[in-house]
Amino acid sequence: MHARVLVRPKAGILDPQGAAAERALSQLGFAGVSEVRIGRLIELEVVDPATLPEMCERLLANPLIEEYEILHAAS
Amino acid sequence: MKFGVVVFPGSCDDVDAQLACARVADVVPLWHADHDLQSVDAVVIPGGFSYGDYLRAGAIARFAPIMTEVIDFARAGGHVMGICNGFQVCCEAGLLPGALLTNTNLRFVCRQVSLELVNPDTAFTRSLDPGARLSIPVKHTTGRYYAPDAELDRLEAAGQVVLRYAPGDNPNGSLRDIAGVINEQGNVFGLMPHPEHAVDPLTGSSDGLGLFGSLRESLSGSSGPVLVGIAKSGWSVAERGGRGGRGGVAEPREPDDGDASATRQRPHPTSDLPYRARPVV
Repeated sequence: MHARVLVRPKAGILDPQGAAAERALSQLGFAGVSEVRIGRLIELEVVDPATLPEMCERLLANPLIEEYEILHAAS
Repeated sequence: MKFGVVVFPGSCDDVDAQLACARVADVVPLWHADHDLQSVDAVVIPGGFSYGDYLRAGAIARFAPIMTEVIDFARAGGHVMGICNGFQVCCEAGLLPGALLTNTNLRFVCRQVSLELVNPDTAFTRSLDPGARLSIPVKHTTGRYYAPDAELDRLEAAGQVVLRYAPGDNPNGSLRDIAGVINEQGNVFGLMPHPEHAVDPLTGSSDGLGLFGSLRESLSGSSGPVLVGIAKSGWSVAERGGRGGRGGVAEPREPDDGDASATRQRPHPTSDLPYRARPVV
């Protein structure tokens, strides 16, 4: 089964990558862009999607600094 | 007294860490794939890019075979020092509070920093002068210490913030200028600066040696100071006796050309240590 895990920096944690991308967008002339945050997309094939939350908690995300979202776990 | 230095694929400061440990104790490398701490009295997790730092710094190394033993050792009260990547590994392993994030300026920073000793009453800082300022290098991209505000308050109140970057010298955006923290039990210490790169005046500072010496002193019980301060310039080993019987002692290097020989007459400071460094090329 195909699954996607989105990992994001938690709200309130400074994301300098997002800030840098936001500045670059502004320099390119894109007005009105704010709150750019950069996370990570993990795609995987998994036999038992019920194990995904534990995978996220233990390895794929660091719950102290990141939140995760499991997408498309259904086949 | 035997220290162990963990060696992961991607560790790059393991040799310097072993040389630093060898100033104060015997030292053995601990291979990441082994399940054997070789009866060491303390563990150092060195800097580098363990397992490529893929996913997050330290996230995969934290599950290396040797880490099972390191975590058990720490949970049982064994002393562990995590330096830079080792600090990240300790945080990922839950041995230390908080996490290390990408530097605010997104750049790799490699320079000497000035550190304030916040807590001189730990097993890792006890032989340092209270109020000392230490000059120790940092070199990292992922060194911004983070913990939630309430946790930071708790750490500060409990004396778990051991080192801070001196005012104006925070190289990475660490919250509250935190450079090094210790766990609640006082046996696991992590820091982003590299004390193992500051153990000889030859490289500009020997302020880092006091951390290794403190650990040795703490583990030796009442056997007295292992290191003595020499003026303000740093530290040197006070006692080297009673450590004979070791083979494989490296000879001082021969000067390889006449012009430079004048600067090489002094034996290399580590030439009589038990650990045989990689051949110098």
